[in-house]
Amino acid sequence: MDALLLQVLNGIDKGSAYALIALGLTLIFGTLGVVNFAHGALFMIGAFCAVTMQRILTLSYEVVDPTRTDFLGQPLKVAVPYVEKFLGESAGAAIIDWAVPISILLAVPFMIFIGFAMERGLIKHFYKRPHADQILVTFGLAIVLQEVVKYFYGANPIPTPAPDAFAGSFDFGAMLGMEAGNIIYPYWRMVYFFFALAIIGAVFGFLQFTTFGMVVRAGMADRETVGLLGIDIDRRFTIMFAIAAVVAGVAGVMYAPINSPNYHMGMDFLVLSFVVVVVGGMGSLPGAVAAGFLLGILESFASMAAVVEFLPGINQIIIYLVAIIILLTRPRGLMGRKGVMED
Amino acid sequence: MFGLNKKDSVLFVLVLFLTMCAPFLLNPFPQGSELAQFNAGYPDLMQRFVIFGIFAIGFNILFGLTGYLSFGHAAFLGVGSYAGVWMMKLLTMNVIPAIMISVIVAGLFSVLVGYVSLRRSGIYFSILTLAFAQMSFSLAYSVLTPITNGETGLQLNLDDPRILGVSEVNGSIPPPNLFGLSLRDSAEMTFGNWVFTFNTGYYMCAVLMLIAFYISIRIFRSPFGMMLRAVKSNQQRLNYTGLNTKPYTLAAFVISGMYAGLAGGLMVAMDPLAGAERMQWTASGEVVLMTILGGAGTLIGPVLGASFIKYCENIFSKINDNILHQWFAFMPDGIEDVIVFLVHPFVGKGWHLTLGLMFMLVVIFLPGGLVEGGQRIGRLFRRRKPDAASDASQTKPAE
Amino acid sequence: MGLLEVKNVNKRFGGLQALGDVNLSVAENTVHAIIGPNGAGKSTLLNVLVGKLIPDTGSVIFDGQSVLGRKPHEINQMGISRVFQTPEIFGDLTVLENVLIPCFARRDGSFKLHAFETVMHEREIVDMAEQMLTDVHMIEKRNLQASTLSRGDKRRLEMAMCLVQQPKLLLLDEPTAGMARADTNNTIDLLKEIKATRPITMAIIEHDMHVVFSLAERITVLAQGTPLVEDAPENIKGHPKVQEAYLGQSHE
Repeated sequence: MDALLLQVLNGIDKGSAYALIALGLTLIFGTLGVVNFAHGALFMIGAFCAVTMQRILTLSYEVVDPTRTDFLGQPLKVAVPYVEKFLGESAGAAIIDWAVPISILLAVPFMIFIGFAMERGLIKHFYKRPHADQILVTFGLAIVLQEVVKYFYGANPIPTPAPDAFAGSFDFGAMLGMEAGNIIYPYWRMVYFFFALAIIGAVFGFLQFTTFGMVVRAGMADRETVGLLGIDIDRRFTIMFAIAAVVAGVAGVMYAPINSPNYHMGMDFLVLSFVVVVVGGMGSLPGAVAAGFLLGILESFASMAAVVEFLPGINQIIIYLVAIIILLTRPRGLMGRKGVMED
Repeated sequence: MFGLNKKDSVLFVLVLFLTMCAPFLLNPFPQGSELAQFNAGYPDLMQRFVIFGIFAIGFNILFGLTGYLSFGHAAFLGVGSYAGVWMMKLLTMNVIPAIMISVIVAGLFSVLVGYVSLRRSGIYFSILTLAFAQMSFSLAYSVLTPITNGETGLQLNLDDPRILGVSEVNGSIPPPNLFGLSLRDSAEMTFGNWVFTFNTGYYMCAVLMLIAFYISIRIFRSPFGMMLRAVKSNQQRLNYTGLNTKPYTLAAFVISGMYAGLAGGLMVAMDPLAGAERMQWTASGEVVLMTILGGAGTLIGPVLGASFIKYCENIFSKINDNILHQWFAFMPDGIEDVIVFLVHPFVGKGWHLTLGLMFMLVVIFLPGGLVEGGQRIGRLFRRRKPDAASDASQTKPAE
Repeated sequence: MGLLEVKNVNKRFGGLQALGDVNLSVAENTVHAIIGPNGAGKSTLLNVLVGKLIPDTGSVIFDGQSVLGRKPHEINQMGISRVFQTPEIFGDLTVLENVLIPCFARRDGSFKLHAFETVMHEREIVDMAEQMLTDVHMIEKRNLQASTLSRGDKRRLEMAMCLVQQPKLLLLDEPTAGMARADTNNTIDLLKEIKATRPITMAIIEHDMHVVFSLAERITVLAQGTPLVEDAPENIKGHPKVQEAYLGQSHE
C-alpha cells in the first residue's frame, strides 16, 4: 500500500511537467493547427531563465576581508553579491535563496516575447503548409534554440537549488499514521505539483470564463465559422501561442531544482510530451492534462523493483508502449473529439 | 542503358563518374597549401559520403515518393549495425555476411514497425515511428545490454569465436576484409604536390551505393513508384481506383528500412563498432534533413544532401578561432576580431547551430532543396535565351 | 435481376430514419438516376453503395456479390468506378499518369510489387491510356501536371480514369455540383458521348433536374429516405407525388 502511494507521488511531479508541456502543445495544435516540435525548447528556455536569474542575483564584487586569511597567509578576498550590498546582507541572501521562484518574474515577459516572436516571425507562415513542413521547421528551430543555449551556458547540467525553506522532505507516511520514513517526499516536488495544478486551473479558468477564452474555444471547434463572424481570430491565436509559451516556460523554471537544467532537456521532454498529447487526444486540453499525470504515474509504477524484475526494461518503454496501443486501438486518444485527426 | 531512358542514363553515368573519381575530385588543393583544409578526399570522409548517401536514397523512397515522414529511420540503421557487428564477432571478418545480415535484420524490423505505424498517416505516423525508435534506443541502452553492450557500444574482442575466420592475428583483432582484401588498405598516388588516396573500403561502399542508386532510379520509373507518388497525391482516389494503399506503403517502408540497414552494415564494415546513439531521434532527423536539403522526391537530391551535410560537418567542426584569424588576417585588427567573434558560434562545436539554421532556411525558402535551387538558377539562365523560354514552364514529373 | 440490387435497406442515425426500406434495381446498360430534394438520403444511399456505411438491415448485391463492409479498393475491383462531387484526381502527377494508374489497377489487381519494370515500357498499358485520352479529347494535355487543369478538364480526366477501367457500373455523385451552366452542359455532352460509344451502366445521384432529364433512362425519386416512384423520365415529370415532394420542399 505505502509502496503504491510512494509511486503515485513519484509519478506526479514528472506527470506535472508532462501535463504542462502537453497542455501548451495541444493548445497550439488545437488553435493554430500547428505541430510544434520546438515546444520542448520553450520548456528548456524557461529552466535557463532560472539559471540566468540565479547568475544575475549572485553577480559579485570582491572585497578584502582583513579578519581572515587564505592558505598563503594573505588577506582573504570574499565575493559579495551586489544584491547583498544594496539590500543588506540578510535580505540579499534571502533573495538569492529564492532565485528560482523569483525568476518567474523574468520568465513570464521573456516567454511572452519569445512566443510572439516565434508565432509572428515563423509559425504564422506555416499555417497553410503541410504538417510535415511544420514538423521540420520547428524541429530545425528546436535545434537552433538548444544550440544557442549550449553556446552560452555550456553542455553540462547546471544545479539550480530550490529555496532552503523547501529543501527538506515531507514524511507522508507519518502524516497518514504509517511507519515514519517510509514515504518521504521532497517539499519542492510537492510545490511543483500544486504549482502545476494552479497553472492548469488558471488556463482552464481563462478559457472557460473570459470572452477571449470563449472565442478561442469556439475557434478550436470550428475555425472557419468563427472567422466568418468577423472576429479577428488570428490575433487571439497569437496571444494563445504566447500563453502556451509562458506555460511551458514557467513549467521549466520550476522544474530546474528537480532536474539540473541542461541544453537537451527540452528534446527529452518533447518526445514524451508528444506521446502524452497523442494519448490524451490531439486538441483536447483535459485529455492532455489527464494523460500527462496518468503516464507520469504509470512510468513511476513501471520503475518499481518488483515490476522491473518481472519485465526488465519496462520502465524505459512503458510510455511508448501505451502510446502505440492507444494509437492503434483508439486513434483519437482518450478524450479526443471524434473525427479530429483520426486518420 | 540497363533499361534506363536517356536522361536517367546520363544522370547515372554522372554519379558513376563522380563516385569513381571522388579521390581526385575531392582533393583539388595541393598538400600543404592554405586551402588543403577544404580537401575531402580522404577515405573516412568519402566513406561517410556514400554510406549516408545510401541511407538518404532509401529514406527518399519512403518520404520523397509517399510523403510519409518517418522520424525513426535511424533505428533501422542502428539495428543493422548491431547485427553486422555480431556477424563479425561470431562468423568471420569478411564483411559480406555482416552486410547481408544487416540488411535482412533491418528489413525484418521495419516490417514490424511499418506494419504497426502505417495503420495511421500524417503526424500520427511520424509520432508512431518516433516512439518506436525511442523505444529501441532505450532498450538498446538498458535491457538489451547483453546484445548491445549498453552505453559502451558493441565492439569486437580478441576472444570472439569467428568460427569461419580467426579470432586474432598476432595479438590484435583482424581488420575487416572483402574475401581477403583488407578494407583498410589504401593506394596512394602522388602527383606533384597532390596526394590522392584510393581506399578499398571506399570503393566497396561506392559500388554498393551505385547499385542502390540504380535500384532507386528503377523504382522511381516503375509502376510501383508511380503508385507511391499517387499515395502522396491522393489516397482516396487511389483506393477508389482499386488499389490497396497499405501494401504499397509497407513495401516502400521496408525497402527504405533495408537501405538504412545496408548503411548500418557498411558503417560496421568500415569501423566494426555499434552504439545506441546511432538510433537516437536526432540521428533520424539528420537523414530527414539530408533528404530535404538535397530535394525530397528527386533522384539525385538525397545523394547531394548527404554529401553536402557530411562535408559541411567535417569542415565546419574543424574550424577554430586560430583558423578564423588566419582567414581574416587581411582585415584591420579590430574588424578582424569582430568578424571572428561573430563567426565563432557557428563553427567548431557550434556546427549543430549552423545545421539547425540550414534546416530552417531550406524548409522556409527552398522546400524543393538544392535540386530545386539548381533548377531555378537554370531556368533563370534559360529565360535569358528567348528560344529556350518556351519549355521552361513545362512541368515535369518528379525526377 | 439487375446489375445492382438494393433490397430492404434501412439505416438509422439516432432518432433519424435516414433510409427506410429502400429497394432499387439498376438494370445493365441503362442510365439510372437517383434524385430527390436535399436531405432525402441520397448521400447516405451512396455511402451504403460504396461500402462506407453498413445499413441496419437489408442487402446490396452487385453482380451476384454483396458489397457491404467491403473496402473501397475491393468494391472497385468488383467493377464499380466512382466519380466524385469535386473531381478527385492525382494533382501532382501528369495527365497521362493519372490514366495509367487505373490501367495498372485493372491489369494487376489491387497490389503488385512491380518495382523493377518501367512504366513507359509497358506498351499496351500506355497505348490503352493514350487511346482513352484521345477519346476524351485530352491527348494533347497528357504531359501537363493534373493540378494545373481547368475544373472542366479535371472532371473530364476523372471520367477518363474511371472509364479506362471499363467498369461494369459507373457511379456518379452529383457530377455537375457547383458547376457553371456551360460546364454542366459540357459534362452532359461528355456523358452522352460516352453512353453512345460504349455499353455502360451508370448510376447518377443528382439533384439538378436538367442533368437528370438529359441523361437518364430510368429515374428513382427519393424523399425522406424512401423511394417514392421509379419510372421512365417522361412519366416522372408529371407525377403528382414527385411534384408534391419537390414543391413541398420549395415552398419551405
